[in-house]
Amino acid sequence: MTRAQLLADDPLWLILIKAVVLLLLGALSTMAMIVLERKIVARMQHRPGPNRVGPGGWFQSIADAIKLPFKEQVIPDTADRKVYFLAPIMSTIPAFLAFSVIPFGPEVSIFGERTVLQLVDLPVGVLVILACSSMGVYGIVLAGWASGSPYPLLGGLRSAAQVISYEIAMGLSIVAVILYSGSLSTGDIVDAQHSGWYFYLLAPSFVIYFISMVGETNRAPFDLPEAESELVGGFHTEYSSMKFALFFLAEYVNMVIVSAFCTTLFFGGYMAPWPISLIDGNYFNTGWWPLLWFFGKTAVFLFVFIWLRGTLPRLRYDQFMRLGWKVLVPVNLVWIVAVVALRAIRHDQSISSGSIVWIVAVVVVVLIAVALLLPDRAVPPDEQVPVTGGGYPVPPLDLRVPDKENLKPRVRRRRERAAVGAGPERGADKETQQ
Amino acid sequence: MSAMLLAQEAATHVTTGEAVAFWILGPLALAGGLGMIFARNAVHSALFLVLTMLSLGVIYLVQQAPFLGFVQIIVYTGAIMMLFLFVLMLVGRDSSDSVVEVLRGQRLWATVLGIGLAVLIVAAVSRALSSVKSLDLAGENANGGKGNVANIGRALFSDWVFPFELTSALLIVAAVGAMVLGYVDRHLRGRRTQKELVEARFRGEYERPSPLPGPGVFATSNSVATPALLPDGSVAEESLSRLIDATASEKLDEERKAVAGTLPGPDSRALAPGKSDPGKGDLG
Repeated sequence: MTRAQLLADDPLWLILIKAVVLLLLGALSTMAMIVLERKIVARMQHRPGPNRVGPGGWFQSIADAIKLPFKEQVIPDTADRKVYFLAPIMSTIPAFLAFSVIPFGPEVSIFGERTVLQLVDLPVGVLVILACSSMGVYGIVLAGWASGSPYPLLGGLRSAAQVISYEIAMGLSIVAVILYSGSLSTGDIVDAQHSGWYFYLLAPSFVIYFISMVGETNRAPFDLPEAESELVGGFHTEYSSMKFALFFLAEYVNMVIVSAFCTTLFFGGYMAPWPISLIDGNYFNTGWWPLLWFFGKTAVFLFVFIWLRGTLPRLRYDQFMRLGWKVLVPVNLVWIVAVVALRAIRHDQSISSGSIVWIVAVVVVVLIAVALLLPDRAVPPDEQVPVTGGGYPVPPLDLRVPDKENLKPRVRRRRERAAVGAGPERGADKETQQ
Repeated sequence: MSAMLLAQEAATHVTTGEAVAFWILGPLALAGGLGMIFARNAVHSALFLVLTMLSLGVIYLVQQAPFLGFVQIIVYTGAIMMLFLFVLMLVGRDSSDSVVEVLRGQRLWATVLGIGLAVLIVAAVSRALSSVKSLDLAGENANGGKGNVANIGRALFSDWVFPFELTSALLIVAAVGAMVLGYVDRHLRGRRTQKELVEARFRGEYERPSPLPGPGVFATSNSVATPALLPDGSVAEESLSRLIDATASEKLDEERKAVAGTLPGPDSRALAPGKSDPGKGDLG
């Protein structure tokens, strides 16, 4: 039976169990991520981090989770009430929805019922995740607008522009994977990686996906929407209590989603990594073992998220947008054309592999020659005389800064100061003599 | 022949799940459409339209067109409506529409065209209900084998590749044209570098060469409402934002007028009473 048929056979209780487990997974992974992030970043910065609640401070998230909903709600006077309430919901629900198409494992038996560790396997699974992230942007934009004050509005607009720009790069990086696997379904993409994982077969796609996944989730070094030095708190400046907690939850669930999606697309999903896959005819790729590999791979990406936050400084907004639109998108388009050309050539039986090598070599040589022919950027002449004269005091153009070597030693200067009667002429004389 | 009969039987028979989904999503979509027309705040209108589009997307999913459904959600709700929202938000949250007719005779034309559209829709729907044969879109054999999504891809890139590329070329030309027109003066003058800007400031092309002075920070107070002091002890007027003084009085102005009884009566040019400027009335 295929994956979709197995899932279609699921009884209602099994679907309910899966849905509840996915909900719990999102909430629990958020709590784990919060305490882990604080601990790991603290360790990277040589400080203890949270160490008060529970043994070693590991219960910090539980304290936070209890505290946040019970805090006082402050709703600004200028807020648009209905939209203000709607925004956190709009950002949380799509984040959880995206979990439903991620394949966590192969065929297993739950209470005697054969099924796949996945909620649904749609023929357009990849699009589900893109649709969810595009719906999540509404939460951010509406939160910024409904707060009725300029800082959140600016933060919301910046955030939305960022997420939409990087969603384009993300969508394009998935195209190569779809071309290789020949399917839009997440389960089929994992199955197609049996012969080799896509992170090395489609390395440029993976790199672009990875960069855009950090940009998409608004995380450091791309956390411009909530750049605390520029925007106070970004789109959720005016949110407090449970509503703020929902935004927090959505952000962390989104991180887990994009990491899990990256694992699915480029790292063989739930398949066992290479040395382990050789043991006992790939025994560790059956039953419940794949769950371990899947969560292990996802955890590595989540760690990299934290690592990036502890390491890299924030980009400036225009640099960030330039990276997205002028580097990632064009590189991606060229790469897609290359992948399509390679696949077309490989399908064509009449072209031998020797001629392919020759064609590629000629193309590379031509490209290098064209690159050499390109003129350098014109360097503007440096000796421009700045035009001034608006009535403001401006130092003269031929101003000469006194030379440091001509400064007299201290002892001599003190002696000169003692001889007060000498007058300024003598000092000036000495200067000219030197 | 038997396959076709089977397909027809499947098409005429509506399952319980489908019926439930329709009776939830249909009214939602309708409510969204009505809300879009009757909401007075432009952003609320846009949100109601999002609700309609989402409901339609889910209806497509239920009707075994998953690709169409998700493309509807990604493209229409995710991209196009987001663009609308951007524009509305930048225009300003308080701009609501007024009932004044700017175009002469638009009600007549709106009625005529509305009836025409209704006739067209009713005709199309009745034709769909009576004479169009429905195809089975589910399963591997949908649309003649290999499933729905694969067939859409094949059709798009083989039979319909020319119209498809033509549409994308049209969209790109539109986008590039908008950008070229939007940046005309920048193209003519070139973008000013930071150095050129500084020189222009000192040449006197701007109001003042430096930013405005910040508020005063003293031992007694560091509020934004505290003015900075000039060297001679007088208040630096430029250090105070106009908003700080004006906001409270502007807000209370209306109530003060209402109490004093000087509030103007209902105006034919405004939706809400007492607000003579239709651009300023917050009716959300």
